[in-house]
Amino acid sequence: MSTALSWSRWSGIIIKEFIQLKRDRLTFGMIIGIPIMQLILFGYAINSDPKHLPTAVLDADHSLYGRSLLQGLKNSEYFRIDREIATEAEAGDLLAHGTVQFVVTIPPDFEKKLLRGERPALLIEADATDPNATGNALAAVAGVVRTALARDLKGTPSAASPASDPVDVRLHRSYNPEGITSYNIVPGLLGTILTMTMILMTGLAMTRERERGTFENLLATPARPLEVMTGKIVPYILIGLIQVTLLLGAALLVFRVPMMGSVLLLYLSVSLFIAANLTLGITFSSIARNQLQAMQMTFFFFLPSILLSGFMFPFRGMPEWAQWVGTVLPLTHFLRLVRGIMLKGNTFVELWPNIWPIGLFMLAVIGLGLGVYRKTLD
Amino acid sequence: MSGMDRDLAINVTGLNKYFGPKHVVCDLSLQVKHGEIFGFLGPNGSGKTTSIRLLCGLLKPDSGSGTCLGYDIIRETSSIKREVGYMTQRFSLWEDLTISENLEFIARMYGMKDRRPLIDQALEKLGLTSRRDQLAGALSGGWKQRLSLAACMLHKPKLLLLDEPTAGVDPKARRDFWEEIHQLAADGITVLVSTHYMDEAERCHRLAYLAYGHLLVSGTSQEVVDSQALAGYEVTGPDLAQYARTLHGLPGVDQITAFGTTLHVVGRHAAELERTAASKRAEGPHEWKQIRPGLEDIFIGLMETAKDNYT
Ligand SMILES: Nc1ncnc2c1ncn2[C@@H]1O[C@H](COP(=O)(O)OP(=O)(O)OP(=O)(O)O)[C@@H](O)[C@H]1O
Ligand SMILES: [Mg+2]
Repeated sequence: MSTALSWSRWSGIIIKEFIQLKRDRLTFGMIIGIPIMQLILFGYAINSDPKHLPTAVLDADHSLYGRSLLQGLKNSEYFRIDREIATEAEAGDLLAHGTVQFVVTIPPDFEKKLLRGERPALLIEADATDPNATGNALAAVAGVVRTALARDLKGTPSAASPASDPVDVRLHRSYNPEGITSYNIVPGLLGTILTMTMILMTGLAMTRERERGTFENLLATPARPLEVMTGKIVPYILIGLIQVTLLLGAALLVFRVPMMGSVLLLYLSVSLFIAANLTLGITFSSIARNQLQAMQMTFFFFLPSILLSGFMFPFRGMPEWAQWVGTVLPLTHFLRLVRGIMLKGNTFVELWPNIWPIGLFMLAVIGLGLGVYRKTLD
Repeated sequence: MSGMDRDLAINVTGLNKYFGPKHVVCDLSLQVKHGEIFGFLGPNGSGKTTSIRLLCGLLKPDSGSGTCLGYDIIRETSSIKREVGYMTQRFSLWEDLTISENLEFIARMYGMKDRRPLIDQALEKLGLTSRRDQLAGALSGGWKQRLSLAACMLHKPKLLLLDEPTAGVDPKARRDFWEEIHQLAADGITVLVSTHYMDEAERCHRLAYLAYGHLLVSGTSQEVVDSQALAGYEVTGPDLAQYARTLHGLPGVDQITAFGTTLHVVGRHAAELERTAASKRAEGPHEWKQIRPGLEDIFIGLMETAKDNYT
């Protein structure tokens, strides 16, 4: 059984796939058509109202007023105060990693200025890559601050001038200062389109052989499962990269999405994500008996990917079980990677927490795929 | 490898295969010598294709064991695949590849070196050189068969498993094909071929007859005919169709088959059939001439018997 993998066979399979792809007009149409269709369909913003967003607090004043203010934020249910931090650098880090959505900073002398009626600043920094997630929370802040302090400030100079707010609330939207939804939608589209087309196309690849009866011929040759599976994947990796380039072009030129990070890093992430989806597609097509079943399996996987990855709805707005499911899906991590690279300019170290889960997913799927690849016609 | 295995290209015993509850191959034992042309016959659905797939490792038997070219048919399937050429019953090359692309792909699958000249040579022999860039799907049925055959012989296998290779192929191409098969056998290549044609069965060194998954007889065509001890008459005369109806159910008459201007009347009980023949001959005006039943008569008889035994 121990025939080594053969370059001759592997390249043979790749060449064959390319030729067949070249002659398959419909598939070629899909490669261009699906991105354009989805770009139109999903070009809209979808509103939602997530709560209990993770928040870090940098309290330099440690005063009574500061505490009741934070209590007020907590009571609004939008903010979940997870941690207290001491430095601005820490705040920047947490936002860059996406560990928290907000950092609330209470400056020193907050209480003193407040009591004198000097309108001290309250700084709220938000990770606004996904404006849907932060919009409502930020909108609620001014009201929360006013009611939280109203009771404590009775009889002070601040209360004496009801015309202006006692505190100067400064909102700072990082990464996407204008809250433009397409900044988030376009990277998201990249992920969903790749998920859709990559899984579907490879899903059909093996079942097509089976339906046409050519699988029997392939099985009768010495070609090994790993050669067939990976050989069929390679052409689609190329197609995926073409799709990404098309979409990125549209994102940068039409939607004017900024590109803060490294293009190379982006393409590396994309390649990993493509490979993960392709292995899943090939595995589906080994399990499925015919092309219809392969198609159904693709959609069965596609739906949760689109709903639970943070593309449709902000990830933190979802119930806990949905977040667990989402954590397994490669699309979830891919979205964070693309947003991180394009909008935040993340580096490899910051991206790593979202890279290895995709790799792990892929390895698990390859294992499953080789297990179910039928070496016989049974 | 035992001494016997060295002489035998195929040596399997007690192979069984089920599809769900259906017992498709029952206790198949088969010995085929190197350089032999072995014919596989049997009615539709008798398990010929399934048996061939068991031999080349495309299906795993539920029980039984054996070797093919000395390799174990369960554990060493990848070695078997490298040295066997299998031609499927249904066209299984890629219809959206051209003729030469198909051959090129197959050649690569077998890791062949110097593919170009070998492919050119194969195309030349097929007479498809001028159409090499046509899609395989555009070929007529008979040409598809001939292409498949060329494809499965490309890597010079030691054993050919051919599943109805000449179905739909014209007489000239069929004759060429059989000539080539005999040539290959003379060079020591073993050929197992399934067919529904009697003339092809006659051209095999040995043959086996399958029905309902059971191997009923095997041997040279002479041995097969002799084993059944059938008596037969060839009947000529006017209005044969009408006459045939009157013969049904007479003592000793088991089968009546119309052959154009003659009837073949065949029976297992020679003495009874002889008496019937004598009395009918006396009635006139039809002529009754004793003949030796052919393979076809034997197979039809076997099929009838098998139906009683296994269904
Ligand atoms: N993959 C399968 N699943 C279920 N049943 C099968 C399968 N393949 C074959 N069979 C059944 O096994 C029996 C034998 O089929 P097989 O194809 O071996 O017959 P055959 O002798 O080659 O017939 P033919 O002369 O028509 O080619 C048939 O009854 C068929 O329905
Ligand atoms: Mg058959």
